[in-house]
Amino acid sequence: MTHHYREQIKNIASKYGNDRGYLMNIAHDIVNEFGYISDEMVSNLADVLNLPVVQVRDMISFYAFFPRKPLGKNVIRLCNAVIERMKGADEVGKAFEKALGISFGETTKDNLFTLLHTPCIGLSDQAPSALINKIPLTNLKPADVPQIISELKAGKDVSDLPQARVQLNLKKEGEVICAPLDSGTALRNALNMKPEEVIGEINKSRLRGRGGAGFPTAMKWDFCRKQKSPIRYLICNADEGEPGTFKDRVILTEYPDLVFEGMTIAGYAIGAKEGIMYLRGEYAYLLENLEKVLAKRRHLGLLGEHICGREDFNFDIRIQLGAGAYVCGEESALIESAEGKRGAPRDRPPFPVQKGYKGEPTSVNNVETLCCAARILEKGGEWFSKIGTKDSTGTKMLSVSGDCEHPGVYEVEYGITIENLLELVGAKDTQAVQVGGASGKCVAPKDFGRRISFEDLPTGGSIMIFGKNRDLLECMYQFVEFFVEESCGWCVPCRAGTTLLEKKFRQILDGKGTAQSLAELRRIAQTVKSMSRCGLGQTSANPVLTTIYDFADLYAEKIKEENGKLLTFDLQKAMKVGIEASGRTKEGVK
Amino acid sequence: MSTNVVTFTIDGVEIKSAPDKTIIQAADDAGIYIPRLCYLKDLPPGGHCRVCTVKVNGRPVNSCTYPVAEGIVVENDIEELNSFRRNIIEMLFVEGNHFCPSCEVAGKCELQALAYRLGLLTPQMPYLYAQKELDATHPDVYLDRNRCVLCGRCVRASIHLDKKNVFGFENRGINMKISVNSNDGLQDTNLSKEDKAMSVCPTGCLVVKRQGYLTPVGKRLYDKKPIGSEIETKKVKS
Amino acid sequence: MSKPVIATAHFTGCFGCHMSILDIDERILDLVELVEFNKSPINDIKNFTKPVDIGIIEGGISNDENAEILMEFRKHCKILVAIGACALTGGVPSMRNLVPLKECLEEAYLNGPTVKSENTGIIPNDPDIPVLLDRVYPCHEVVKIDYFLPGCPPSADTIWNALVALLKGEPLNLDYELIKYD
Repeated sequence: MTHHYREQIKNIASKYGNDRGYLMNIAHDIVNEFGYISDEMVSNLADVLNLPVVQVRDMISFYAFFPRKPLGKNVIRLCNAVIERMKGADEVGKAFEKALGISFGETTKDNLFTLLHTPCIGLSDQAPSALINKIPLTNLKPADVPQIISELKAGKDVSDLPQARVQLNLKKEGEVICAPLDSGTALRNALNMKPEEVIGEINKSRLRGRGGAGFPTAMKWDFCRKQKSPIRYLICNADEGEPGTFKDRVILTEYPDLVFEGMTIAGYAIGAKEGIMYLRGEYAYLLENLEKVLAKRRHLGLLGEHICGREDFNFDIRIQLGAGAYVCGEESALIESAEGKRGAPRDRPPFPVQKGYKGEPTSVNNVETLCCAARILEKGGEWFSKIGTKDSTGTKMLSVSGDCEHPGVYEVEYGITIENLLELVGAKDTQAVQVGGASGKCVAPKDFGRRISFEDLPTGGSIMIFGKNRDLLECMYQFVEFFVEESCGWCVPCRAGTTLLEKKFRQILDGKGTAQSLAELRRIAQTVKSMSRCGLGQTSANPVLTTIYDFADLYAEKIKEENGKLLTFDLQKAMKVGIEASGRTKEGVK
Repeated sequence: MSTNVVTFTIDGVEIKSAPDKTIIQAADDAGIYIPRLCYLKDLPPGGHCRVCTVKVNGRPVNSCTYPVAEGIVVENDIEELNSFRRNIIEMLFVEGNHFCPSCEVAGKCELQALAYRLGLLTPQMPYLYAQKELDATHPDVYLDRNRCVLCGRCVRASIHLDKKNVFGFENRGINMKISVNSNDGLQDTNLSKEDKAMSVCPTGCLVVKRQGYLTPVGKRLYDKKPIGSEIETKKVKS
Repeated sequence: MSKPVIATAHFTGCFGCHMSILDIDERILDLVELVEFNKSPINDIKNFTKPVDIGIIEGGISNDENAEILMEFRKHCKILVAIGACALTGGVPSMRNLVPLKECLEEAYLNGPTVKSENTGIIPNDPDIPVLLDRVYPCHEVVKIDYFLPGCPPSADTIWNALVALLKGEPLNLDYELIKYD
């Protein structure tokens, strides 16, 4: 058995030149081959790559998509993101449990099925959804489940199931992202300028990063370009993992040419020869088409050696598939992951533009930012700067989901108010709007006049709508649970703090909290926010911190009168094991 | 003024430092103690514990990785930061399984000493009582993960000082743990009890066997003087 | 004016904290002048006979009796002070929290190396014996605690200084050497 592994692992590794930098790809191939990576395989792989086994294990054990124990032939990953649960994911989950006779986390005796939960897979607009062997299934109903199982048992391909259908759901096309593109037009315009002039054009447009933080793109490219280094990298961040975001799914499906054009322009501007698109593991189903588009662009001379006939410009793109880790959307964690390591964020400075991928200056840009850049080179910075608001030029792709009539992707001008957006998507009786995903802000009706923009309500694109009948705090609690699952563990406040926040929050929601519990909740939340290492930790307490004042009544309802006795302590429950173990019959008899 | 010196302030005290230092290095040189747990002078910084967080121009940054710069205003010994630091120490106490009364490193434990210095009377956050593995397979040392704070000092010391690769991390989030370079525990690694990695553990997680309780209570490292005094005495001298 | 009333209790621990109270030596004479003792193992008063100003509790909560008495203390005492590692954290007895109670009992009474022979042991089940809880709880997880004094045990000086500060209504400032976890 060992030899069998060893040979195949050797072959897989040699396909990547035994380069540890490709550890993610190697691990993916091993999982595709064997279904999991055992301790023994990790040792074999470490031998082949001449690495300490502890380092290989470190990396493998970090990612949700690299199981270390065998799973069933069909791995069902049901999404349990907030909106998915609002739309009935729990009922679908029960139907799967019933049909398979197992609970979540288990594998059927015949090794045909494993049932797992997974955080947001970018399908909140067609929830409930699941990935079965990487293929997405949408709009699931409990009644569909028995048939899905029996067809899979009969050997049917997942992609042939009627539910294996992702709708585009592009509800509003704007003039920046969703306009038609003649491949190469923007690129040729860029190549007719000096790289500095390209950056100048972007500067004129006042384009800011679309991932949420809003750093001026021209400034980032300029910093990167000016680093004294012969090698620079351009990375496209296509790891959209923020719950309730799916606009990159739409862009990568419908406008991949625009993204790659933007990447190539960015590569030219900063002086990079290599570009990497880091694609989240959940979007593996998009890979085939993306590779096709890349091949076509190479064929057309828009990628590869001597692009557009320019002797001095070579640039190519590889796609790096992620493996189920939200934190890798953070740019420095993404770089670590692309280097084949655990996706732990780095401390800054140095910033990626100074020391990024493989220690070289690297510009990491969002999918949408790069699309904007391409369009700016097509139509001009001035044209772009006239769309949107003064500090937020251009349009924003919004992923809208939750309690509204028309969930989907909307390309809107920056500056739109929440009120107008709600009208556009057909939302009525809205209790709250979550702007910017789990890590964003929960906006109360009194603030529905506020505007989507960097200067007011910034968002990477996630808009989740909670109707008046939703248990809002339960939704916030599920966000906190998500952060517990996705904390990388590197720093204490986020690793321990998110778990403690979850525990404390649960106590309060269960009606067992006192005024002191509320103070404790706030104390933990503030510490996590102020002391954590990266954006994940710093924002992971937002579900609590952005509701505890604006929705104070909801918390107050949960708090019981304090008389010194703590409701978290349940004497009868605490005695149960002792009574059973000693064979007593009557509880509390003395 | 020489360009090889930058001047800035920590809590209003003017500091001069070489420009290639981090804030914590410059503070140490000046005899100002910034509380820290995972940082150790001879190791590259890890950035795990966040205890050494200070405010630079009003923004929290990690002082073991943040470089000094001309004119920055650093805040360190302020109640806002000290209470956050205390909270972090409290988190570590409830995350692990720490039984100070029976622990052989009590009195010289840096986690405990930080709790004393920062005035943590007792942890009140909910205990997690997590199951942690103990590795006693090695003839000379043992690894008790109940006491691990995941500071990564052993990982870095083994790589950078011992030129070995005995330790690493495994898993993520609350399930993250120290792992060792074998599938069969420490016995199968080339760890020696003389390794630098053995002496850098701030708690009693990584301990040499048959050596406990050597110093009587009252004479242990932190019995009389708080952690950080060794740095602060430098200031008195100069 | 009547003297402030003090009560003390001991739960799961070693009684060392009470020993440490007695360790205040001749200051105990001052203490008796300052306060009146109600329910306490020191004077063997079994039941509360009046409202208490300060309750001092030692030990963790490992069985139903501990829990009930602690709740009774909360009811009768204006201020509750938990002293010592066991009351604050569960202490050494709480090392059992890492092993399920059933396994602990089976090891102690059925399978352990000191059990005489196989199949002769039983897990004690006399109704007079308090029921062990699933784990040892620190006091603050059972009732609200107002003040904490760490130590194993806290030194006599720690206890004395804290008590005097409380009685005088002054803020509690303990010297570095007086705060210890062991």
